[in-house]
Amino acid sequence: MIEVVNLTKRYGRHTAVDGVSFSVQKGEILGFLGPNGAGKTTTMRILTCYLPATEGTARVAGFDVFEQPLEVKRRIGYIPETPPLYPDMEVADFLSFCSKIKGIPGKDRRRKIDEAIEKTRLVDVRNKHIGKLSKGYRQRVGLAQAILANPDVLILDEPTAGLDPKQILETRELIKSLGGEHTIILSTHILPEVEVTCGRVVIINKGKVVAEDTPENLTQRLRGSGALRVEARGETGPLFDLLRTVPGVIGLRPKGDAGDGVVAFEVDAEAGRDLRPELARAVVGAGHDLVGLSRLGMSLEEIFLQITTTDSADGAAPEAPATAEAPATEAS
Amino acid sequence: MSSLRNVSAIVEKEWRHYFGSPIAYVLLFVWTFLFGRFFQVAFEYFLLASARQGGMEMGMGPKMSLNEWVLRPLFQNMAVVALFVIPMLTMRLFAEEKRQGTIELLSTNPLTDWQVVLGKFFAATGLFGFMILVSLVNFVPLWVYATTPPDWKPVATGVLALLLYGASLIAVGTFISTLTRNQIVAGILSFCAFLALLTLGWADDPAAGPLQQAIAYLSVTAHMEDMTKGVLDLKDVVFYLSFSGFGLFLAQQSVESQRWRA
Repeated sequence: MIEVVNLTKRYGRHTAVDGVSFSVQKGEILGFLGPNGAGKTTTMRILTCYLPATEGTARVAGFDVFEQPLEVKRRIGYIPETPPLYPDMEVADFLSFCSKIKGIPGKDRRRKIDEAIEKTRLVDVRNKHIGKLSKGYRQRVGLAQAILANPDVLILDEPTAGLDPKQILETRELIKSLGGEHTIILSTHILPEVEVTCGRVVIINKGKVVAEDTPENLTQRLRGSGALRVEARGETGPLFDLLRTVPGVIGLRPKGDAGDGVVAFEVDAEAGRDLRPELARAVVGAGHDLVGLSRLGMSLEEIFLQITTTDSADGAAPEAPATAEAPATEAS
Repeated sequence: MSSLRNVSAIVEKEWRHYFGSPIAYVLLFVWTFLFGRFFQVAFEYFLLASARQGGMEMGMGPKMSLNEWVLRPLFQNMAVVALFVIPMLTMRLFAEEKRQGTIELLSTNPLTDWQVVLGKFFAATGLFGFMILVSLVNFVPLWVYATTPPDWKPVATGVLALLLYGASLIAVGTFISTLTRNQIVAGILSFCAFLALLTLGWADDPAAGPLQQAIAYLSVTAHMEDMTKGVLDLKDVVFYLSFSGFGLFLAQQSVESQRWRA
């Protein structure tokens, strides 16, 4: 449905998107994950014919975005990060305007507007001025605009940015329900978001695609590297010696005194192993109080670091076991 | 067919904006008030002068022309008023879309830049035409109370002149609005540009060289002269239409190029 080949966008000397290639099958939900400034918005703007690319090609539903922009735009529903809305218009009037410029025939307009309002749960605000709506409602008006013409492709730039947790859940549910009949690309910088909504993830950093996989595989690859935090009552020295002997521990860093006689450690586990039971048994078995044991969430930055370094480490295999055997220590 | 629908959708949206805010009502009030006032002043002066002439020459002198004494000064005064009014019609057309980010909505929907530019131009020109139409009420007493009603043709050509002249300024104002995201800046720049176009006419001098005459030819006000006297010359109509077309072309090029440079 969407095919992007070697897409590059330069602003003067700065390269915002650098040779990005990916494709999306019909009915698939693709997550576009990356930190701010990674080139997600630029890529999406090229796909929606808002910006021309410097190099490379992009095709949507078989139409080239440079050669046949009108055909592409007819098949795409798009919301930018801040939904473009007219604050002095009422919701229904705004959607009516959109239905006209989207070329929906006159007899279908009312029905399609009602459907979009229904799906995005805007019924109680349909006659309110957009300028008076909260951020969450505005986001939904943007979404209603995008799905109005029932396009083949939906491109959603950070659809949950700035929403409260309840609205985020609702929006994710809505997006999931739209998958299947629509092909969706959604961008985000939040990892759990792609885990729950997307069938496939493209991770982009500094304009380049650094990984492309299913969310399950990605989390699998990342799981082993997820560090654990252990908090136990006792002395740093003995606990350190105790924890480093637990099989599977490849890295251990004392994190200092957590107060009330409790010391904290960060533990790196072998890839793919959940060491929490072993660690708990070891600490309690040695007569210490186990106060806390948790998995440390990885920030996106760490994930990128992880992905980029593991990819390069694959080639340099001999070095990897050497570092794994000797626990890395680090004075806090 | 679809392009017509797209243009009319933009026109409708712009009219919603004009009439959804005080701007349309304020401009309508100012315009019709000044139109009425200038008409009244010119007409009183005409009555006074014709009474004086009638008294002196017992009605034997050359007939005083209503066109010369009333319509011409009225339309020319309104042309000056338009210099102030039109920037307020055009300044937000594109500047506001850029500031709100809604230009992205227009550019990612199946619309061409030309359809957007034309829609906005017709919306502003339509409102300007509506303002002229409303102020025509002033002429009604002439037909109701005059013993021999005046000829309607000079009024029609005058209105056409004002409309064509307004359309030219609106085209230029639309272009200037594409250059900035600040509508105040767009308004001020448009006003300056209109003044510059007005002053071009002052270069008109039959004895001057070809360059100066060419510059004077570009003056938007000079081409109204004949029409406000009731003389319709195709040359002037073509001038205004091509002037508007050029302004709109610049606007379209500007909208398109900003995407390439963005």
